[in-house]
Amino acid sequence: MQAFDPTALRGDLASARFEPGPTDDKLILSMGPQHPSTHGVLRIMLELDGEYILRAEPVLGYIHRMHEWMAEQKTYMQFMPNMGRVDYLHAMAWNWAYAGAVERLMGVEVPKRAEYIRVAVTELNRISSHLLWWGAYLLDLGAFTPIMYAFDDREIILDILQAVTGSRLTYSYFTIGGVYGDVPADFASRCLAFTRHLRSRLPMYRDLVTDNVILRGRCEDIGVMDVELARRYGATGPCIRGSGAPVDTRRAEPYGVYNRFDFRIPAYTEGDAMARYMVRMDELVTSCDIIDQAVQGLPEGPIQAKVGKTVKPPKGEACYAVEGARGKIIIHVRSDGGPKPYRVKLRAPGFSNLSVFCDLARGTLLADAVSILGSLDLVIPEIDR
Amino acid sequence: MSVSQLIEEAYTGLKSLVIGLGVTGKALTQPGVTVLYPMEEVERDNLVTYRGHVELIGKDEDPAVPRCVACGACVKACPSNCITILCPVAAKEGEEAGPVKMGPAPQKGSKTPGEFIVDFSLCSLCGQCAKTCPVDSLQFSDNPYMVSFDRKDFRIDLLARLRRMARDEAVAGE
Amino acid sequence: MNLEQLLSLDYPLTRLVIGLLCIFAFVGLNGLVLVWVERKVAGHCQLRPGPLHVGPHGLLQPLVDAVKLIGKQLVAPFGSDKALFWLAPLLAFAPVTVCMLPLPWGPDMAMIPMNTGLVLILAFSGLGVLSLILAGWGSNNKWGLLGAARSVAQSVAYEVPLLLSVMAVAITAGSLDLFQISAQQGGWPWQWYGVKNPLAFFIFLVCAVAETNRAPFDLPEAESELTAGFHTEYSGMGFGLFFLAEYANMIIVSGVAAALFLGGWQGPFLPGVWWFLVKIYCILFFIIWLRWTYPRVRFDQLLNLSWKWLTPLALLDLALAVIVAGFGG
Ligand code: SF4
Ligand code: SF4
Repeated sequence: MQAFDPTALRGDLASARFEPGPTDDKLILSMGPQHPSTHGVLRIMLELDGEYILRAEPVLGYIHRMHEWMAEQKTYMQFMPNMGRVDYLHAMAWNWAYAGAVERLMGVEVPKRAEYIRVAVTELNRISSHLLWWGAYLLDLGAFTPIMYAFDDREIILDILQAVTGSRLTYSYFTIGGVYGDVPADFASRCLAFTRHLRSRLPMYRDLVTDNVILRGRCEDIGVMDVELARRYGATGPCIRGSGAPVDTRRAEPYGVYNRFDFRIPAYTEGDAMARYMVRMDELVTSCDIIDQAVQGLPEGPIQAKVGKTVKPPKGEACYAVEGARGKIIIHVRSDGGPKPYRVKLRAPGFSNLSVFCDLARGTLLADAVSILGSLDLVIPEIDR
Repeated sequence: MSVSQLIEEAYTGLKSLVIGLGVTGKALTQPGVTVLYPMEEVERDNLVTYRGHVELIGKDEDPAVPRCVACGACVKACPSNCITILCPVAAKEGEEAGPVKMGPAPQKGSKTPGEFIVDFSLCSLCGQCAKTCPVDSLQFSDNPYMVSFDRKDFRIDLLARLRRMARDEAVAGE
Repeated sequence: MNLEQLLSLDYPLTRLVIGLLCIFAFVGLNGLVLVWVERKVAGHCQLRPGPLHVGPHGLLQPLVDAVKLIGKQLVAPFGSDKALFWLAPLLAFAPVTVCMLPLPWGPDMAMIPMNTGLVLILAFSGLGVLSLILAGWGSNNKWGLLGAARSVAQSVAYEVPLLLSVMAVAITAGSLDLFQISAQQGGWPWQWYGVKNPLAFFIFLVCAVAETNRAPFDLPEAESELTAGFHTEYSGMGFGLFFLAEYANMIIVSGVAAALFLGGWQGPFLPGVWWFLVKIYCILFFIIWLRWTYPRVRFDQLLNLSWKWLTPLALLDLALAVIVAGFGG
């Protein structure tokens, strides 16, 4: 056997595009897949001049789990637990997108009570996702304490959702035509208590972080993305709302019962990391408003529409869009009339948002790149699917 | 930028820093919010809603015997193939009655499971099995503290578990 | 020279040896205590208890950690410059011992009293950055290299305002001897230079945090950017020495700050050394508190802060001090 010679290692396909020439004094750096601020297993190839980034390229696929292929191997209902694993931070939105697509395919009318419960749990989940993002982003920027405060508040949401769904992170709560189980009796009061609590905590968040001069220095004018750029890459969610376009699927193509609620869609025009930050902070309030209205108006009635024991949609295809915490989730389902989907396509918002990073990172400092990455709110399992 | 603007900027910046210190300083004096696990535990009513592994529900008249009719619907519904149900295979006509062979449910003529094993290490706690069961024989246990060094420990024999639980209950009832 | 002379504390060599022994013991012990304090403060800031299980309130946790660090295998990465790689942690530790020598622990307590103690400390604390460069360069790691580059710029930038702010005090006191400077202040806060000249105190504190590479100026290690910066490749006691040196450096800057700005050992009721320790620990606590509150600043912002704000302010302060001293004298 040949002795191991590390000098013979020449990198891989991704790094091959970054080979320096003999006279280049540029630094080629592979940031990740194990790096504290790439949140899991994102890898970014960087070409650096000093600490300035000349070229950045994300390398994907380290946590590709073939969710779309799995869909073809399972029955319609069996695929539902997968949705909680695509984006583990906003599992409810993915649940909804898939359930919605299949319901649209079958023409199922979801009972009103189920619709209201769906809205409430999805918004709760959105808050928990934003809170986690907030803590993790500040961790990227070197502040260790905020994530603990965020987790303190997030814990309450998890408790509420656990009482409803039985799980704390990877929910599989939606069914085709309704929800898995009814909410407990004290659901509404707990939600209201939570929204009140969160609103009272927001000033503390502002004092500790948002107003902090160091944080502002790290976020303002960093990674400025104008609307054109965002459109070109298909960035959605808080990313495009931070660039001044108040695009929100909940308003633009209302699904479920969102058109019954009165809520504001926050948008900022600066397009920098701070704008995206502020959009998410404002969305905490927006979600609180929606939850309040949803649980107060929770109608009585069944939680499950009549669907057969085996879900067998007719031949055809359907597409359903949902506003997730990271942007527009689209699920396209095609059926050939059998018990298993013929094809399921998952559109992950994080994928488009990450693509903008190459453009945003060019010419910035390494530290800014970390800040930009964080401000895009990436969940790598969702991007790789 | 004029000097007064500069001073103002420095002032607001410093003020925000002091306020930040105040927030963490206040937290410093407050009691912690974490639950120190081995010494304390999460309150019971928070645990009962937590999904542990699936378990069988006993009959009302005899809690040691499951309601299950060995129809095999849960096996088919499970997305991760965690459930194994074995029933005695009915002897074919003309064959000699040898030792009882076990086969996967459903088996003709067999209305109770001979063996009911769930592999918790595969389970995604989705609840499809409990949802499809025609006689409501499956539920989630409230046993969140499952730890083991051995993978085999997560292959749980639900029938044995049901009998054990029924016995414990009976002892406690006396 | 007979044995008696040799063993007497007045003989410089004996004094030096005993002093160094004391320093090693003190630094080692304090490192342990500070690690514990750091983790406890971090814990309580974040509404959790911190280390709790080993010893009463986790007091023995750092000891166990130290044992773990010592027990670990020392690994030098492939292609590293072995000599530099292992020299660096030792070099990080060396200046610490020297800088401890002139600190005024009490009215007549110092390892080696000297009338230019301040100069010695400032001169040797600049050496610390050398070890970071060696560590970053020697470990054949790109993150380490970036961390090393950062540390150079940072230490150059912050040494200037640090020196200027110290100078202001030295001119007011008319001495470079830490004992004399301490002695000239009284036991009460209004007699301290820190209160009389708050600007210099503030500048010194900021620079001290930057000099010791503590958050929010912990750029050379910057965990979320450079994974661990200059000590990415160090394991076991190599890392442990850097760690210990960081805490020892904190003690030194706090000691200097206490002597220069907070009246040194002076204070009512208690004997000197206790007051000195109390003051050091107050400053240390403050530095730790900062770390668990703020995000990290960016590199260019750090330099801007130094060159555009602190240096001019320190110059201004120095000029004022000169004028006041001139009129006063
Ligand atoms: S909960 Fe889901 S994964 Fe677990 S055994 Fe039941 S059907 Fe299978
Ligand atoms: S679905 Fe219910 S009755 Fe059928 S085998 Fe499973 S547990 Fe038994």
